Amino acid sequence: MMDFLSNDLLQLSDSAVRNAIPLLLACLAGLYSERAGIFDIGLEGKMLVAAFAAGAFSAIAGMPVADGGWDMGAWSVWIGLGAAIIASTMFSMIHAFASITLRGNQLISGVAINFFAAGITVLIGQYWFRMGGQTPQLREGQRFEPITLPFAESLKDVPVIGEIYHQLISGHNIIVYMGFVIVALTWWVLYRTRFGLRMRAVGENPGAVDTAGISVVKLRYSALIITGILCGLAGAYLSLGTAAAGFGKDMTAGRGFIALAALIFAKWKPISAMGATLLFGMLEAIGNKYQTVDLGFIVLPGQFMQALPYILTVVILAGFVGKAIPPKAGGEPYVKER
Amino acid sequence: MSETTTNAGRLDAVAPAIELNGISKAFGPVQANKDISMTVAKGAIHGIVGENGAGKSTLMSILYGFYKADSGSIKIDGVPTTINDSHDAIAAGIGMVHQHFMLVDNFTVLENVVLGAEEGATLGPSLRKARKELKRLADEYELDVNPDALIEDISVGFQQRVEILKALYRQAEILILDEPTGVLTPDEADHLFRILRNLKEQGKTIVIITHKLREIMDVTDSVSVMRRGEMTKTIATSTTSPEDLAEAMVGRRVLLEVDKKPAEVGETVMQIKGLSVTDVHGVKRLKDVSFELKRGEILGIAGVAGNGQSELLEVISGIGAATSGEILMNGEAIDISPKANAGMRRERGISHVPEDRHQRGLVMPFMTWENTAFGYHNEPKYSGKFGLANQKYMKQDAREKMERFDVRPPIPQLVASHFSGGNQQKIVLAREIEHNPDVLLIGQPTRGVDIGAIEFIHQQIVNLRDAGKAILLVSVELDEIQALSDRILVMFDGVIQGERLPENTNEGELGLLMAGVDPEANS
Repeated sequence: MMDFLSNDLLQLSDSAVRNAIPLLLACLAGLYSERAGIFDIGLEGKMLVAAFAAGAFSAIAGMPVADGGWDMGAWSVWIGLGAAIIASTMFSMIHAFASITLRGNQLISGVAINFFAAGITVLIGQYWFRMGGQTPQLREGQRFEPITLPFAESLKDVPVIGEIYHQLISGHNIIVYMGFVIVALTWWVLYRTRFGLRMRAVGENPGAVDTAGISVVKLRYSALIITGILCGLAGAYLSLGTAAAGFGKDMTAGRGFIALAALIFAKWKPISAMGATLLFGMLEAIGNKYQTVDLGFIVLPGQFMQALPYILTVVILAGFVGKAIPPKAGGEPYVKER
Repeated sequence: MSETTTNAGRLDAVAPAIELNGISKAFGPVQANKDISMTVAKGAIHGIVGENGAGKSTLMSILYGFYKADSGSIKIDGVPTTINDSHDAIAAGIGMVHQHFMLVDNFTVLENVVLGAEEGATLGPSLRKARKELKRLADEYELDVNPDALIEDISVGFQQRVEILKALYRQAEILILDEPTGVLTPDEADHLFRILRNLKEQGKTIVIITHKLREIMDVTDSVSVMRRGEMTKTIATSTTSPEDLAEAMVGRRVLLEVDKKPAEVGETVMQIKGLSVTDVHGVKRLKDVSFELKRGEILGIAGVAGNGQSELLEVISGIGAATSGEILMNGEAIDISPKANAGMRRERGISHVPEDRHQRGLVMPFMTWENTAFGYHNEPKYSGKFGLANQKYMKQDAREKMERFDVRPPIPQLVASHFSGGNQQKIVLAREIEHNPDVLLIGQPTRGVDIGAIEFIHQQIVNLRDAGKAILLVSVELDEIQALSDRILVMFDGVIQGERLPENTNEGELGLLMAGVDPEANS
């Protein structure tokens, strides 16, 4: 039992955090968009282009000049991150233009972004690298490395607290820590700043914002820029911050949709979003660790265990987990009444 | 240059608060405002009246920067002012209370007041300042509201106060109110007028848009009349009368009183016994309601919107089901379970003119001849060969109905959405009345209908009564209830709060009943 607590649980929690981070960032990205009244089912697509841009540009930046690269050394990973944010934000602006300026259907625009991302990443990837849509394996300097927090090694043997500190809290890469900081920051922005008040208002009743003399269009564009940046971080984490160390075809694997489910589960609140995505991360970790589970009367196959996060997604989206009221003006383009 | 400005500034001590010059605005082919000029003196309460679509709201939306005028100029306090958006309007000291409140439902009163008028990038200081300021405004103008209450939890009367507070917090000197009493009980309306007079005494200028002539007479100093996008008349209120204003609005003499002889009441057709309705959220919408409806009478149901009138109409008309109770039609029980439907009611001689004609009265994109047959389309007269619809007859039938009910233009091929509110209502009335029902249920017969058509519709209702039919009239317009009804029931919170005869009661008493107070209980 002690063994389970100290080893298995810590290990599970550790991989839960790693699994949760891309979900968390994407979920917060969706939170900004949806709180401002723009539904975003294109989180998946934005993450995918970000993951591709990160993998591709980090690889190119790290290659020697002789091979057509830029020989940027340790800067490569940051070039990759920057490219991810730019690519994702560009996609977010396409969604913004379609749904805010042109007042198009937000769901259709989101679906289009997902399809477009799935195609364009493989197409460009194949054209540039000729590896069947993959990007080259990333080496040191081209990816985010684990950070060992101060005293992690020396406290390692202190029971419980030291173990938790060493294994669970220390040893993640920079994006993981950024993710948790962004949760707190988002809470503060949402509830304690002028921008947050206006953003929440524009998702509930854009008329109130407009008649208060504030531009609905500018507010919504600002929110979608933030969505782009956060999706960029989420995507970059997948190709630069995980064991994959590079971009692979469709590597987001539905995480954008899981993030959306988590957002609904969290009732569009930042702290709850963290809890919801950690839950999904934990399910994924359990699925990976216990390939088959023998319950005595039935043996659960590995496929079932791996499907756990997706099963929970369906359950949440079908509305089995309490009543979630989305921002009232969500999905509706704002048109002055006439 | 600067000298002339200062000179002008000094002269402007007496300049009018608002001066509109040659304002025009078109929406596509529709000319909403045509060359409108208007001045409102500082510290006055000015009314703007006109029928639906006369251009009142458009004009005020231009003043508030919601729309941009195609041409014309605006002076505020004598100073030429360009108003491109609401931000400019607020900066010029203009505040507006929209007909549909511009509030965020899940925000507190305080957050709504602060929205758009924040002090800095973080909220804390703004909220603290607003809390103090609200307290001061509350004391000064009888505008008490709990700053921490959520908008969705407070009544419409209070929500309106929040809108006024929003404007005052932004230091508005000019306050525009668009149809402010539409959602208020008479009591709340009186309180609003007290607030407005109070604001006037403090030197604020108030513009109030309404279609209720009595309010204009009560509260305004001067009044402008609009018709078809033009301003036909501006006059001091003391020198005019409701009849004159109505004439200026419609362009001809209109009868404000309904012309009707005493009712010849016959035997009871419908008995409602202990009717209760609980909605899906478990809220009791209708609580043990009982009454009788007799031939040859108009039974009016008064009440503020949302006090169970809609549910009552739904159950009687077969759209909704009752939780308990019974309805007897000519002594026979009718099905009020969820299995019942509106078609079954029609077979029993109960016709229904629904409150919401866009949702339930008409299919807006369908042609008039289809709309005039709906609900009765299975009747033999509408069927032709091989079980198909007899379109030729349906069109001819529609044209006859349109002519009898003065629907303009009487062209059956036009889609319902083409017509004005008044003409749409006439189409619904024609369909239901021409079917010759024993009982006619009518909800909000003149909502969104212009004065000229109101007169016609009221006359049709009275004629039907005189033909010995029973009519159940639900309206939130107290004037309408008083003018038409032979007997009045007042509903409050799902209960019949009282029954009165129109000749033995007055608006004050009915208003109290509508607010849930029984004036007789005290004495």
